Amino acid sequence: MNNTQIVDESPVTLFGPIAIPGKQEPVSKTAQTCTDPEVLREKPVLEIEHFDLWYGTTQALFDVTMPIPSGKVTALIGPSGCGKSTLIRSVNRLNDLIDGVRYAGDMRLNGDTIYSPRVDVIELRKRMGMVFQKSNPFPMSIYENVIYSLRIDGENRKNVLDETVERCLKSAALWDEAKDRLDESALELSGGQQQRLCIARAIAADPEVLLMDEPCSALDPIATAKVEELIFSLRGEYTVLIVTHNMQQAARVSDFTAFMYLGRLLEYGPTKTLFVNPSLKQTEDYMTGRFG
Amino acid sequence: MDPKTAQRIAFTALFLGTCLVIVPVVFVLAVIVKEGAGIINWNFLTTQPLNGMRAGGIFPAILGTLILVSGAVMISLPIGVLAAVYLNEYAGERPLTRIIRLAIINLAGVPSVVYGLFGLALFVMFLQFGVSIIAGCCTLAIMELPVIITASREALNSVPQSFREVSLSLGASRWQTIRNVVLPNALPGIMTGTILSVARVAGETAPILFTVAAFYLPHLPRSIFDQTMALPYHLYIISTQIPNMPRELTFGTALVLISMVFIMNLAAIIIRVYFRRKKLW
Repeated sequence: MNNTQIVDESPVTLFGPIAIPGKQEPVSKTAQTCTDPEVLREKPVLEIEHFDLWYGTTQALFDVTMPIPSGKVTALIGPSGCGKSTLIRSVNRLNDLIDGVRYAGDMRLNGDTIYSPRVDVIELRKRMGMVFQKSNPFPMSIYENVIYSLRIDGENRKNVLDETVERCLKSAALWDEAKDRLDESALELSGGQQQRLCIARAIAADPEVLLMDEPCSALDPIATAKVEELIFSLRGEYTVLIVTHNMQQAARVSDFTAFMYLGRLLEYGPTKTLFVNPSLKQTEDYMTGRFG
Repeated sequence: MDPKTAQRIAFTALFLGTCLVIVPVVFVLAVIVKEGAGIINWNFLTTQPLNGMRAGGIFPAILGTLILVSGAVMISLPIGVLAAVYLNEYAGERPLTRIIRLAIINLAGVPSVVYGLFGLALFVMFLQFGVSIIAGCCTLAIMELPVIITASREALNSVPQSFREVSLSLGASRWQTIRNVVLPNALPGIMTGTILSVARVAGETAPILFTVAAFYLPHLPRSIFDQTMALPYHLYIISTQIPNMPRELTFGTALVLISMVFIMNLAAIIIRVYFRRKKLW
């Protein structure tokens, strides 16, 4: 691996640095060096701070520090296995479901710590929404899908539910297609519509941050274009953190882009800067398709 | 040998092997229907045995079997589903759960006569239920448990993990996720497995031999602490214990028993097909 931007912090002896087993790679520089000052000027909704994560003995994330600006779309890009999905699934602690996951460091959502034994994970997740790689509407009606998060909170007032369904489906650009078939099974919708329904479901509880894990990877180009348009239109109202494999997609929908490689955040800045004038060779190589 | 000939021989052998599976089923059915169908009529199904069981109907045995299997399933279904949900959704991989899983597999392999003796020792004698419907139901329920747990776990397992993840990501608790998303989608599989387990125990003789079955009762059971007649045991005694038994009566009883089992299996298949067609993920 090219180590140009990585500071070697392993102990040094007369014979050179000691390799520490299980910590194969030296620790990267902190946010200040790889994050563009323009990101730091924004008001963050979510702050990821010195976050490490291990699957058993394999370290998947190395000291990731990353503020996510409020009301913007932030894209996470990088080659397969670089830790993008792991990072986004750490934000709402879905990785807790996996046996043998350990972590260090913290994240904060509007100032409230996410990684502390005292945190009520259920309450925390209510403040976020997540859209997954494969659209996964529940086998229920379109209506019930949208209001799932309200139902589990015991909301049963018809007018509140109706209003939420209309508002969310409109925000998700699905209202016109779905308004006459709200009681039909969500599984009757096309793939792209299903994914937009999942977005509607994710924003029903007004999340402080909307997490998207490659939301278009299973969609055809037309459906992808619609979902991208939708993500673009959610800016301002919602803070979006999106993982994508697709560089053009990152360029089209995001305000900021973060490039991850081998579990580290290497470069993070305004999308335009990153795409036009990347400061790292790895970033440039990845974007131009020389590896990935 | 040239590959085409080899393939033809292989396919022929496979085909014949498959056909051999059908032969015994067809044969059993043919013999039983041929010998027993003549006696089946409304009277046979709804009246008491007469003349030392050499004539009359088999109503008490049919009723007894229905009572036994429904009582057993009322005990085993809740316990089995609770255990399956716990094992599949909560327990995770621990030495204890591995031991439990091993126990369930072994429970399925215990010979039915051993269940019978166990039921006699625990329910009839230790818990002092006596030789009674309740003791028989409990014994059959234990026999059903491994099948219900295994089928329910498979049904729970087949609910996509992404449903659980999205439910949790929306702030549902694990229990809310199980109740609202996982269980409703696992229900068809649980039902199918349950019916199959019921069909399996409906024909068992050994477990009810010492715990509930009566040789002959002049009246129908009045409470769950009464004995009852039951089809498999009735079939066993009329074919071995009673001299000069009309052949037709024996085969007629066998036909009723096998029909009950077939109807239950058919119901399980219909449920499975119906829900598989509805399932789109």
